[in-house]
Order: sequence, then C-alpha cells, then structure tokens
Amino acid sequence: MTDKAQDNDPLLRNPSGDGIDRRGFLQCMAWAGTGLVWTMSGGIPVSRALARNFNRESVRADFSFVQISDSHMGFNKAANPDVAATFQAAVGKINGLAETPDFILHTGDISHLSRPEQFDNVDQILKSASAKDVFFVPGEHDVLDDNGGLYLERYGKNALGAGWYSFDKRGVHFIGLVNVLNLKAGGFGCLGAEQLEWLEKDVKHLQHSTPIVLFAHIPLWSVYPEWGWGTQDSAQALTYLKKFGSVTVLNGHIHQTMQKVEGNVTFHTAMSTAFPQPQPGKATSPGPMQVPAEQLRSLLGITAVNYSEGHHSLAVVDSALG
Amino acid sequence: MTRKVLDVTRLATVTTIVLLLFAGSSRVSASDPPSPASAQITIDNFTFGPQELTIPVGTTVTWTNRDDIPHTVVSTDGVFKSKVRDTDETFSFTFAKPGSYSYYCSVHPRMTGKVIVH
Repeated sequence: MTDKAQDNDPLLRNPSGDGIDRRGFLQCMAWAGTGLVWTMSGGIPVSRALARNFNRESVRADFSFVQISDSHMGFNKAANPDVAATFQAAVGKINGLAETPDFILHTGDISHLSRPEQFDNVDQILKSASAKDVFFVPGEHDVLDDNGGLYLERYGKNALGAGWYSFDKRGVHFIGLVNVLNLKAGGFGCLGAEQLEWLEKDVKHLQHSTPIVLFAHIPLWSVYPEWGWGTQDSAQALTYLKKFGSVTVLNGHIHQTMQKVEGNVTFHTAMSTAFPQPQPGKATSPGPMQVPAEQLRSLLGITAVNYSEGHHSLAVVDSALG
Repeated sequence: MTRKVLDVTRLATVTTIVLLLFAGSSRVSASDPPSPASAQITIDNFTFGPQELTIPVGTTVTWTNRDDIPHTVVSTDGVFKSKVRDTDETFSFTFAKPGSYSYYCSVHPRMTGKVIVH
C-alpha cells in the first residue's frame, strides 16, 4: 500500500479531520512503557510514541509542570504495603527531571481514608520536591465522612465552593475541578450545577487562543461506565470550552495512563504513585491490582507537561518510577 | 413506699411470665442465633452480596467490607448511613419498619443494593 493509498483509506485517515484516525489511534495505544508526547499545533493535537531514549531537546519548554496522582497515603494492603516509599520515589523522579518544574498538580486521592496523619505524611514528603508550589483537587478518598471538610480546611483556602479554582501561568489558564462529591446512587463523578455555572463564567472572558488545562480526579470522559469511570455532567463542562484551540484535560482515579483526542481536547489520565488498577473489564472489579513486587514500580509514575509558548505546543510525557 | 413495693411485685410477675414463656419455647443454647433475627451482607469486588435481601421486621443486617478499598453503606432515602468502612470493618442497622430500602456506596455509586423488609 502506497502512502497515497493510505492517505485515502478512511480506515487510516479520518476524513472528519478531528485527529482521531486509525493510524493516530494506534500510535496513541503504542505508548505503553515508553512515554508519550502530545504536541498541539494550530489546535490539532498530534501524538507520537517515544523511544525510551527520546531526546529531551525535542520537548524543551518555556515552562513545565508535573502531574502526580492517587498517592493513597495510608493504604497498606498487598498491592503495595509501602505507599510512602513509592510516593517518595515519585518525588525523587520529579527532582531528577532535567528542568525543575514550575509547580506540581496533584489530581486527588492524596490520602486513602481522609485522615489528618495521611495528609500530613503527603505534605511532609512533598517538602523535599524541587517544585514548591503544589495545586490539589480532591479524590473521593479525600472527602470521606466529612463531605470534604478537612480537605477544604487544608487545601482549599483559595478555592470556591467544594474546592474548585482557576489560575493563570504564562498565558495558560489552569482550572481545577471537583467531581467527587454528592455522588448519586447508580451514578458517576459529578460536577454539579453550581460548579458548572462558575466554569462558564470563568472562561467566558478568555481569548480563544488561550491554552486551557483542566484537571480533576475522576476522568472527564467516559473511560469505562461499568466501573463508574466517568463524570455524568462532563459533556456540559466541555461545551464551555469548545471555542478554545487547545484544551488539555488531566485526570487520575483509574491508576493507569489512557488518552483520547476529541476535536481540540486532549484527555489524559496519570498513573498512581501507590498501586495499579486493572485495565477496563480485565478483572472482576477495579480494585487494587497485585503484581510481582519487582514489577510494581513499572506501573507507578508521574506525568511531566511542557509548554512552549512560541510553538503553541503542550507536551505530556509519562514516566514510570522504575 | 407502698407503691414501690407494688411495682416490685408487678415486675417480679412480669419477669416470671417472661421466664415461663422462654421455658415453654425450644431449648436455648449458645449456638442459637440471637433474637431478634440477624442477616449478613458482604462487600466483595465492589459488589453487595446478596444484592437484594428479604428479611422480617426487626432483623439486624450487618454489612462486612471484604475489599482492599473502603466503602460505605448509604440509604438512598436517608434512612441509614454508615461511616466509611475499611477492610473487614462492619456496619449494622436494625430494620424496624416494613418497606423497600435501596442503598449504595457513596464512594463508588455504581455499587447498589436493596433490603426488602416485611
């Protein structure tokens, strides 16, 4: 098959031009164990799998930040009896990055049981990180029993409502959302009317060319409804972001990397620093997945995100702890 | 003072009747289920089992979480609500009125169950 034939093959080239063709999709799925770079060019995201020895120069950025997720401090079962050690290793990984990241995003499940000593332990370990600013959103494990009271007291001082907020960094608009409260029987993650109303107002005044980074705990796309891996009103949130050329959505919750491109929106989930979870439908439940001890750190990790203003690009690179 | 003596007499009578009632029923031993009735629901693999349970009025239901992940047991209509239950922790509720009680795990809302009391 010639290149030209491939270009005309609707299976290989999606004529809708939304970037999700078979070739691109397979490239997305080929990242495993290697890392992935997303580049945003003219609003069209392009993905390519990275070799293990990929050239850092290719993602040199104006500024960078790191996403960590699902530290589950306090978890002590067989899937990882020492989550403090692996969280410390994640911080070590951050400190080993070629360029010190400007800040860290923690996309929730900081603690396993919302206990003060578990939050304390995470805060203590984060003090040794090269990046001093950490922005949090809560996971469902951080708001147990008290409807998020302790979480808000510790991490939500500058937040609104149940803990949502936004901030600007070198022309990029960051939005932290909360989708783990007031969950309804039989339902999914939920943003709620009040937060959606705030989001609409928050982005209304922004120019279309402003790159947007949206982060929340539970995926803001339907990853696997059978396991509740989705947010019931995320589609409404995304309608407010349609006008923007570059939207990057960063989530945790599912303890594995997964990505999807939909129009100008790139969805990405991060690994946990605590324990892996099975691939959708590959186990009887989404509970912690036990792997041989020597494999554990290959399934835990961090996500580095680089932004190059001049090139209008945003690159997302996952790397495992070991 | 007289009244108090009477009360004590009445109490003794009631106690005797209760004791006689028990004596008339089957033999009571340590291995018999406690009265009133009890029932068990376990949480395994993010699932309540049995998912639907039918019990007589007055039954105490005990849920036991056997997952590595914490869960809750929360009535959809606000009738009962457990604190978060970690591995091997339990929650009990006595159903005093007939009805259909739907519940779910507020941490993982896809997990639902029902207790039917009659």
